[in-house]
Amino acid sequence: MRLSGIAEKTLAGERISFLEARALDREADLLTLGRLAHARRLSLHPERVVTYAVDRNINYTNICVSGCRFCAFYRSEGHPEAYVLDRETLAQKLEETRALGGTHVLFQGGLNPALDLAWHEDTVRFIRSFGLQVHGYSPPEIVYFARQAGATIREVIERLVEAGLGSIPGGGAEILTDRVRRRISPGKADSREWLEVMETAHTLGLKTSATMMFGHVESLDDRLAHLIRLRRLQDRTGGFTAFIPWPYQPGAATLPAETRGGVSYLRLLALSRIVLDNFPHVQASWVTQGAHVGQAALHFGADDLGSTMIEENVVAAAGVRNRMGEADMVRLIEEAGFTARQRGPVYGQVVRG
Amino acid sequence: MTESFEERKVEAPRRVAWEAPVDPVLASIDDKLAQGGRLDFEDGLACLETHDLIGLGRLALNVRTRLYGDEAYYVANQHLNYTNICINHCRFCAFHRAPGHPEGYLMTPEEAAGRITATDANDVREVHVVGGCNPEPDLAYYVALLEALGRARPGLKLKAFTAVEIAHIASRAGCTTREVLERLRGAGLSAMPGGGAEVFSERIHQALFPRKIGADEWLAVHGEAHALGLRTNATLLFGHIETHAERVEHLLRLRRQQDLSGGFQCFILLPFHPANTPMAHLPGPSGVDILKTMALSRLMLDNIPHLKAYWIMLGLKLTQVALHFGADDLEGTIVQERIAHQAGAATAQGLTRAQVEAMITAAGFRPVERNTFHERVEAA
Repeated sequence: MRLSGIAEKTLAGERISFLEARALDREADLLTLGRLAHARRLSLHPERVVTYAVDRNINYTNICVSGCRFCAFYRSEGHPEAYVLDRETLAQKLEETRALGGTHVLFQGGLNPALDLAWHEDTVRFIRSFGLQVHGYSPPEIVYFARQAGATIREVIERLVEAGLGSIPGGGAEILTDRVRRRISPGKADSREWLEVMETAHTLGLKTSATMMFGHVESLDDRLAHLIRLRRLQDRTGGFTAFIPWPYQPGAATLPAETRGGVSYLRLLALSRIVLDNFPHVQASWVTQGAHVGQAALHFGADDLGSTMIEENVVAAAGVRNRMGEADMVRLIEEAGFTARQRGPVYGQVVRG
Repeated sequence: MTESFEERKVEAPRRVAWEAPVDPVLASIDDKLAQGGRLDFEDGLACLETHDLIGLGRLALNVRTRLYGDEAYYVANQHLNYTNICINHCRFCAFHRAPGHPEGYLMTPEEAAGRITATDANDVREVHVVGGCNPEPDLAYYVALLEALGRARPGLKLKAFTAVEIAHIASRAGCTTREVLERLRGAGLSAMPGGGAEVFSERIHQALFPRKIGADEWLAVHGEAHALGLRTNATLLFGHIETHAERVEHLLRLRRQQDLSGGFQCFILLPFHPANTPMAHLPGPSGVDILKTMALSRLMLDNIPHLKAYWIMLGLKLTQVALHFGADDLEGTIVQERIAHQAGAATAQGLTRAQVEAMITAAGFRPVERNTFHERVEAA
């Protein structure tokens, strides 16, 4: 397959196939991928706006029975560092978020047998009472709650929405092929279940994001299969707002992998923007890449710089520490040649700027 | 790297549509380059102000690929800072201590030699020797320092003393900079590093480093070194209070000097690191700014063979990306970097050969070990 044909197709705004994406990855250099991805990004968003969010990640518990091999965050029940967030601590975090101009919280946690669906419903109501929106509960959590409560995925989502859940984050996708999931995360939702949660949520009118954690045991074909599965579901529902890829952060976790660095990240980001032609937004991960490459990613297909991360625990547990003030976020976006706008939990929904 | 730099400059092939710049100003620069033209001041400004980051990167990558293909170079080296005592008090520096300060130090030549014979530095081929303008030592000290290093590790190349130190040594000794260079060359000086250039602007000179030499003297010392057959490097410290015009002017002055004296072998961009300096309130240059300045440097400095992405100051991820924006060299393995780390650099203070090579390979290039003179060496 010739690079020129695929590149011309991409520039013409046409969809590329799995095989074409594979050929593109093999034959195109970094700047060609960047050029094609940025062209697609500008055709979707010609106004040169880059969005960001002011929010915090709140992890309600680090107790998790899933035992994923890439995770440095979880603790088993009874471990001295195991916790479940109490209401007082949660209230402090919510007050602080509001004081900093935050619009929402990203609310996720481990698969903790001690917390039932009623606890989650109460907690969502509690967060809503602070005037903050809840972007919460990734598909593996929802699948776990369903199993725990003997309910369907649809019932769990309906009950959480009833309590005030606004949107669902795309976490826990890792790589959406069961060949890979069996090796890295056999204890949680498989790829079919992950997609089923998202399809159900979209059917119920919820917006969700999607993620990919790459750079461990997966092959290029696994990555492409992941993208194509997301694209196919998005064709049916249109409920995905954004795609957020990031590389596995080897730290204290048990899964071996080498850190491949900035070029492999930008390549994958660009390829995602090209393949996911029906996704409105692609987010740059400054948390894993640092501010320099995170900013450069805005020229490699990304149109969102993520969150200021008033609080972040999961990547930090792998030894990567990053925080950014809102003024720095805006400066990075403007220096990269774009207009900065603050968004809410749902991408594209501008709250300021 | 057996052919000369001049022989490597060949006609650029015409490119496919998606490799051409989107920004029409960059497209006209591309045409100019294809006809063998040189970037002028306005072109330089356009490169820094374009929004077409990828288009600019492509122009620089084309030049870099024509010169070096997919090779990326590094040297196994060690940094040695023989003193941190300095009378200059430059406002961007977190490394220096005033004379009499309890944290000030001056290594004896024997102590310095002891540093490079340490076991972890045994495969090092080059020592990068720089220090403050310390009022205490005389010319004999610097001669003794180089001789002690040479005795400790014969065959080791000594890339030592910035033009600022050379001028300082000369003024202490009451002789000319040329005489100092001749004495030091006799004591084993192999090449000179490019530090102390900062920004070639009298405004910046007065604002940030009024006590040390300005552009005219810095360039004159390098011209003298080149006339003596010494190869040297050059730098630009950017991303503080300088304007885009001042950056471009810096590159143009460097290019003019190289046209005259021809001895610069590598240009190194130094992104300003603000921590622990009197300018700690500034953010330092952003990633996109660094990449644009990198690409501009490759395009503007058509007569300086190599462009370094100094990983200590760029970080490893951006260094990898910079190899696609014109850079062909990453400095070295480096044992114990101190100066950028005093200013808050978050990178490691050294890398192994295997780590440097893995970083280059993961960026899509072929690692090649070089010596001080940018000649290929077989891996030790």
